[in-house]
Amino acid sequence: MAITNPVPVSPIFGRLTLDAFPIHEPVILGAFVGTALIGAVVLFALFKYRLWGYLWTEWFTSVDHKKIGIMYMVLGLIMFLRGFADAIMMRVQQAIAFNGSEGYLNAHHYDQVFTAHGVIMIFFVAMPFVTGLMNYVVPLQIGARDVSFPFLNNFSFWMTTAGAVIIMISLFVGEFAQTGWLAFPPLSGLGASPYVGVDYYIWGLQVAGVGTTLSGINLIATIVKMRAPGMSLMKMPVFTWTSLCTNVLIVASFPVLTAVLVLLSLDRYVGTNFFTNDFGGNPMMYVNLIWIWGHPEVYILILPLFGVFSEVTSTFSNKRLFGYTSMVYATVVITILSYLVWLHHFFTMGSGASVNSFFGITTMIISIPTGAKIFNWLFTMYRGRIRFELPMMWTVAFMLTFVVGGMTGVLLAVPPADFVLHNSLFLVAHFHNVIIGGVLFGLFAAINYWWPKAFGFKLDVFWGKVSFWCWVVGFWAAFMPLYILGLMGVTRRMRVFDDPSIQIWFQIAALGAFLIACGIGAMLVQFAVSIWRREQLRDHTGDPWNGRTLEWATSSPPPAYNFAFTPVIHDNDAWSDMKKRGYQRPLEGYRSIHMPSSTGTGVILSGLSVALAFALIWYIWWLAALSFLGIIAVAIAHSFNYHRDFHIPAEEVVATENARTELLAAGVRA
Amino acid sequence: MSTTVIDTRDGEVQFHLAEEPHHSEGSSTMLGFWLYLMSDCLIFAILFATYGVVGANYAAGPSPKDLFDLELVAINTAMLLFSSITYGFAMLEMARNRKSATLLWLGITGLFGLAFLGIELYEFAHLIHEGATPQRSAFLSAFFTLVGTHGLHVTFGTIWLVTLMVQVSKHGLIPANRRRLFCLSMFWHFLDVIWIGVFTFVYLLGMLR
Amino acid sequence: MKSLRFFLLGLLLLPLAGCNWVVMAPAGDVAAQQRDLILISTGLMLIVIIPVMVLTVLFAWRYRQANTDAPYDPDWDHSTQLELVIWAVPLLIIIALGAFTWMGTHLLDPYRPLGRVSATKPVEQNVKPLDVNVVALDWKWLFIMPEYGVASVNELAAPVDRPIRFRITSTSVMNAFYVPTLAGMIYAMPGMETKLHGVVNHTGTYDGFSSHYSGAGFSKMRFKFHGLDQAGFDAWVAKAKASTVSLDRPTYLELERQSEGNPVQLYASVDPKLFDAIVNMCATPGKMCMNEMMAIDEKGGLGMAGIHNTLPLVYDKYARRGAGSGSVFGPEPRYVAGICSEAEALAMSRDSEDAPVRDRFTPIQGLGLSRPGAQPVNSSTRSSALSTPFSTL
Repeated sequence: MAITNPVPVSPIFGRLTLDAFPIHEPVILGAFVGTALIGAVVLFALFKYRLWGYLWTEWFTSVDHKKIGIMYMVLGLIMFLRGFADAIMMRVQQAIAFNGSEGYLNAHHYDQVFTAHGVIMIFFVAMPFVTGLMNYVVPLQIGARDVSFPFLNNFSFWMTTAGAVIIMISLFVGEFAQTGWLAFPPLSGLGASPYVGVDYYIWGLQVAGVGTTLSGINLIATIVKMRAPGMSLMKMPVFTWTSLCTNVLIVASFPVLTAVLVLLSLDRYVGTNFFTNDFGGNPMMYVNLIWIWGHPEVYILILPLFGVFSEVTSTFSNKRLFGYTSMVYATVVITILSYLVWLHHFFTMGSGASVNSFFGITTMIISIPTGAKIFNWLFTMYRGRIRFELPMMWTVAFMLTFVVGGMTGVLLAVPPADFVLHNSLFLVAHFHNVIIGGVLFGLFAAINYWWPKAFGFKLDVFWGKVSFWCWVVGFWAAFMPLYILGLMGVTRRMRVFDDPSIQIWFQIAALGAFLIACGIGAMLVQFAVSIWRREQLRDHTGDPWNGRTLEWATSSPPPAYNFAFTPVIHDNDAWSDMKKRGYQRPLEGYRSIHMPSSTGTGVILSGLSVALAFALIWYIWWLAALSFLGIIAVAIAHSFNYHRDFHIPAEEVVATENARTELLAAGVRA
Repeated sequence: MSTTVIDTRDGEVQFHLAEEPHHSEGSSTMLGFWLYLMSDCLIFAILFATYGVVGANYAAGPSPKDLFDLELVAINTAMLLFSSITYGFAMLEMARNRKSATLLWLGITGLFGLAFLGIELYEFAHLIHEGATPQRSAFLSAFFTLVGTHGLHVTFGTIWLVTLMVQVSKHGLIPANRRRLFCLSMFWHFLDVIWIGVFTFVYLLGMLR
Repeated sequence: MKSLRFFLLGLLLLPLAGCNWVVMAPAGDVAAQQRDLILISTGLMLIVIIPVMVLTVLFAWRYRQANTDAPYDPDWDHSTQLELVIWAVPLLIIIALGAFTWMGTHLLDPYRPLGRVSATKPVEQNVKPLDVNVVALDWKWLFIMPEYGVASVNELAAPVDRPIRFRITSTSVMNAFYVPTLAGMIYAMPGMETKLHGVVNHTGTYDGFSSHYSGAGFSKMRFKFHGLDQAGFDAWVAKAKASTVSLDRPTYLELERQSEGNPVQLYASVDPKLFDAIVNMCATPGKMCMNEMMAIDEKGGLGMAGIHNTLPLVYDKYARRGAGSGSVFGPEPRYVAGICSEAEALAMSRDSEDAPVRDRFTPIQGLGLSRPGAQPVNSSTRSSALSTPFSTL
């Protein structure tokens, strides 16, 4: 249902008409019915078991960084399923659209699918996963009770969710952008994309961007200000270091995205001429600006996972991390250099040879600290005692996969090579190679590693291994053909093909995608089985892996206040150091603990933001005005609440800690 | 909170604090707010850069020389600079713990801010009336967006100022309110600095070009 | 280096005999040099990648927990020599690769006229490159050959071993012009002109297409590129000349509208100013050309008098043609009306195209490597070099 003619704008419904509901597109209708059914079942269960109150008081309004972290992970997982469904649809379309066949997706639908896949996977899968991980782990690793701004944390989460909700609405009301995930003008301008797709894109990202930026500010302040006594910068765990650098990148790059999307929306709504062809506008400026955000974004995603691999390698090799200092410096160098490479995304725009080679060479320079990191992990394994638990398996898979992605990345940084490989499936294979091989494998390592900390029981190993092998084999099967197709000169984002000899490669890639689907399925089974068998998998020690950093010093799951006493740090690998020096857990002297209180303001603000965005997308001006005023009013009202904290009474702390003492003693007896 | 506390009494290494560490309330707030300002500064940096790129693309229309009225802009600049000074007075009164004097100076600051906004709106209305709309050329798009974004910030600053005045009059100069006044102070002076950039790069250099 | 190159090439080509890996086995000299650079870079990187992969597997196996014979050193976390090595090895490789990149990027700069048609054959002095003006339309390709006065849609032909000089633009959205067998891709952007130089060494029929997503009809925005011997090329030109259709302004404006999967169409003659008008976005009569507008802006615009020199757009290239509704808060879409005749406007836009061919076999020296004709390095700026002072307003 490509709408080409302008739709009349009514004062009540804006340009929202019945045509906006895609009842005549069976694929979307099926997706809608499926989602609606699942939603109905979930809603029914929530009412039946009266879980609303529990969810509202214990989760939605909670400012506890651990709960917010888990909610981020759940959001990431849900959106991952949506983004992966898009991926499967693309793989199937490309595997069958040969010999004159149009496949099963028309251009309007297919173009939305690949745009949505990119947007969702980056903004609403990778970002929530990474942010959730940092939220959960960083305060524990630095021995803090919570983040610096607990309410802001809750608000950030709900704004990210609001962005995801806006993107999901586009599936069923109207359309999504058909522009590719970065929405280059003039294609994303009002002339070429007059309907609501690009507006969904803009407002979904703007709303989520607010959350991301604020969460970045929050975590920087947390890491700078809230570290436990004794933890100097160079005694911080590597994951905390990489999180710090990532959040610096977030704060220093997301405003660029916000600004450039504002300019694009002004072009679309007001008719300004920033990126238009006429009246002196300059679309190349958009490409530059969005990549000035876009390249650091890549490192925002990967850096925390580098931290995860450092923690995992050192823990499961039972050995200190090799080259801590160079690891830290490598991270910082990557952080800085990531701002000096954006032009490598468009060498083919025709900037002169000197400009291209400058950006090509700075890009290559990034591979030096990255290479140093790989070597550091390698020499952490050297002379270790490696336990091949699931997190370590993912780490080794990462090392073997990521170096290939790194190599093709440096190859693409050579401008003349990029001229023949740019925008080809080789490029697609490259960034999936680093994002799946780096970010996702890292996330799976992290989930398997910290799950027992979050829930108090380990994940099932058998299903974890099934998932691991399906993923790794599936990944190679899905993306090696794309490398080959790229060397055959096949461009990305194609919907139909005319050369039948390349079909076999797409079929292999589709097969790989289905293997990955099995991997995802096995992972969901792994979660379910582990929850089912949680009593067998229970860990009472709080330290199931013989961990090295502070988060393993407290119970699993940690109490709301994280640590009964603020820890004092003497060495990096603080918990390892404490164990070595015969640390005895204190059994008395507990005090009441000062904590922030829950608030529903974040949920309300985010709900109003969804309404505002929806109104702006559909030109429903009265709703836009109302929800905007609502946001201001709620924010002001919130600022009149001066009582945002409470004390956990000492008795409660005593009870919690005594329960743990008993569990530990029981663990020792058993 | 990273002061090294290594207690070696009796050769024992201390692994935790017996007492609750005393985080002064909102000890991170200043840092956090400053980080926010820097991120906001980046938005302005992008708008400045955009103006730098397309600021001379008049699309065969008017250029800064044809449009800007430097005297008006000078008055406008004075309004904003005065508002910064009066905000400074408000902060001095806050340091002396004088609630009503603080409120008075805040009120004056707000009036200067409103005067600034009024003059800016007058300028915009005049330009649009002449036909120099944001749609006429990339230069005008960039001009209206940069100056308008600054104006929006001042608008929100004014709303915030009024809110804070109500809060101060209700609860007095309690620590939480002092912290908020400090944050708004940073915000207000930040907008001043941005405006100096706008005045220099957009108006003065525009007239010279 | 040469033997290494051939060794690597052989290694890579071994398993794919019979497959059409066009990027690895192109028929044009430029693409072949780009391929060589891919192989050299890959080879250089494998120097470190392969040991890392081997060591990963080796360490993972040797230091597994079950193997208690292996040494265990839990506190060993630093070795200055080792750290020196792990920073120095990638650094050295990047230095080498950086040198190749710098040289290769300048030598294979798409804006640089060719100095040779193949590894053994320099461009002869009297050979003029074949000019091809390329326009990316929604969603088909238009090729104009000014030398022969012919044009074609979705088909391109060129004689082997004669350098081809492309001038590339687009009409509505970004595309990328890519014939993998010939040379790398370059963006086609509206209101701008990019350049590309290439040569084809073997006769044959090859694929060309847009390699930058440009909307609904993108997948079918493909054409065949025929590498022909001189006789074959002459025949192709003759065939075009024999066409009954000619590409004048109205025909072009009709062609410009969105369509996909267009059949091959040859045009016997072309409006000689058409391409410049397209680059300057003034193919529609009455619209001010970009270069004219830029010249005016250079002089400080048209002042208050120019404010209302705009006319409503009744037709634009997009799907919304004729609909005439702009953004919700903006006015109707308009365009800036031209104020001087098109001939005057376009007269200003001629680049000094015929720069001498630089001998590519002389050693490379110096920063920035001075390029023929001393054209500006940054070249995808708006098309024209403005030479005429615009004082006749």
